[in-house]
Amino acid sequence: MLRLDERDAARLAGEEGPAVALAMRVVTRVAEAMEAERLLDIVGAHIDSCLFTGMASLDFAGRLADDGARVSVPTTLNVSSLDLLHPELSRGDAEEVRLSRRLMDRFEEMGCRPTWTCAPYQLEERPGFGEHVAWAESNAIVFANSVLGARTHRWGDFIDLCCAITGRAPAAGLHLDANRLATTVVRLNGVSDELLDRDVLYPVLGGLIGPLVGKAVPVIVGLPDGVSEDRLKALGAAAASTGSVGLFHVAGSTPEAPTLDAALGGRAPVAEFEVGPEDLRAARDRLSTTDDDRLRTVSLGTPHYSVGQFGRLVEVLGDRRIHDGVNVYASTGRDVLREVELRGWADRLVDAGVQMVVDTCTYFTSIIEDTSGTSMTDSAKWAYYAPGNLGVEVVFGSIEDCVESAVAGRVVRDEGLWTRV
Amino acid sequence: MVAGEASGEVLRLDEPLSFWGGLDPTTGRIIDRRHPQVGESVADRVLVMPSGKGSSGGSSVLCEAVRAGTGPRAVLMAEPDEIIALGAVVADELYGRLVPVVVLAEGIDGLHTGDRCTVSGQTVSAYSARRS
Repeated sequence: MLRLDERDAARLAGEEGPAVALAMRVVTRVAEAMEAERLLDIVGAHIDSCLFTGMASLDFAGRLADDGARVSVPTTLNVSSLDLLHPELSRGDAEEVRLSRRLMDRFEEMGCRPTWTCAPYQLEERPGFGEHVAWAESNAIVFANSVLGARTHRWGDFIDLCCAITGRAPAAGLHLDANRLATTVVRLNGVSDELLDRDVLYPVLGGLIGPLVGKAVPVIVGLPDGVSEDRLKALGAAAASTGSVGLFHVAGSTPEAPTLDAALGGRAPVAEFEVGPEDLRAARDRLSTTDDDRLRTVSLGTPHYSVGQFGRLVEVLGDRRIHDGVNVYASTGRDVLREVELRGWADRLVDAGVQMVVDTCTYFTSIIEDTSGTSMTDSAKWAYYAPGNLGVEVVFGSIEDCVESAVAGRVVRDEGLWTRV
Repeated sequence: MVAGEASGEVLRLDEPLSFWGGLDPTTGRIIDRRHPQVGESVADRVLVMPSGKGSSGGSSVLCEAVRAGTGPRAVLMAEPDEIIALGAVVADELYGRLVPVVVLAEGIDGLHTGDRCTVSGQTVSAYSARRS
């Protein structure tokens, strides 16, 4: 039974106006659906509802903005449907572009920061260990919980804004201690040191874990200690897209898993899975939809590339150029782009033929010039969603595979990485 | 999770579905190419599935589908999913159209595509198409 404090009850009754009342109604109805007993304070929010999915997006944000809603906690905005710095990239319907822009404006009117990134954890300010936030965007949620040790449930579109307006979230799900302990162990067995040392392992492992564990909280054993944030980001994004993972632990790497036992809270796991080289190879294969090697597009930066990932791209590309007839897109946030420009990397990449994309991403917007041939990506999330959203055929590969292919003008992959022991 | 009244023909999914990136709200069809029921329409069906999954944009897609008249009449799942419940709550707030979202304690094994199904409050009754 949900108990509201005096202020929550007053706001629900409309004492702070119709916008706050509507936001409170959504928060409390979801709290009741989750059987929460109370609401809790949040210190920040990240909003996904700013991505236009149809008139419902605009109807909801518009109703709140028209009624004078303002966010009451620092609030960042996820990707939108438009790249405002490179508007010429849009191939979308003019009316949809207008509506998408209108939606973005409404969120700015309500006091949200126009960050337009799906990787708010790459911004300067990010939530600290143990802090409660209300984040939407599945990859951001899983990163906040797993890598930062901050606390957010898997909040979806609409309630993200309602939490930001009220500063409150249901005390339920991953906000609560008891639901953060691992119940499932995923143990790597027989994976080569070479593969353990490569970025490409992590999105593949995430794509394998998603359907395997569903909504459970897994702890992964058998990875090297101190796995980097970029690798954990790729793992989480993949597990959150292919399954419903909102929190994972990596023994020896993530803050709530100094040891396997700590991640499990001293309890025995409900389920244990072993993952070997063959499972990983099969998981990698499932990320591709074609073996046609006629390459037209390479999409990088899902989730938005970090400065470190751009550094790796620059290093792998060297002084080579992208092959004629191949479009390479690299998506990121404006803050990261600024840093990449300062380092002189942006000019080098653009000169070599790479198209920078900000504010949005290439797996749901009409940016890709030629969707007819094969698209390649280093992102399991892109590989998972783009065929449905855009109708493209996709080949998943490492960043090295993607660059070699872009330079060669056809798909080239290092198959040996998946068979050597 | 969201109580209400609805009845219709069951569409049973064999695997979880992410509404965002998995369902086209302009047509009501499943577009996730890796999903076993890709191409099926959820419009005016009682959608039965193991659970939701994936994107937090699922609530927007469900709400938009309800607005556009391509949404399911009810969603029945074996496990709770707040993102789906949220989409139903907001569609009710904005458009006054309530799509009940119910978690079945006994699971979804007894429900099959083509069954007739009625949801009343939190209670679900179904009539098998095969028996009739």
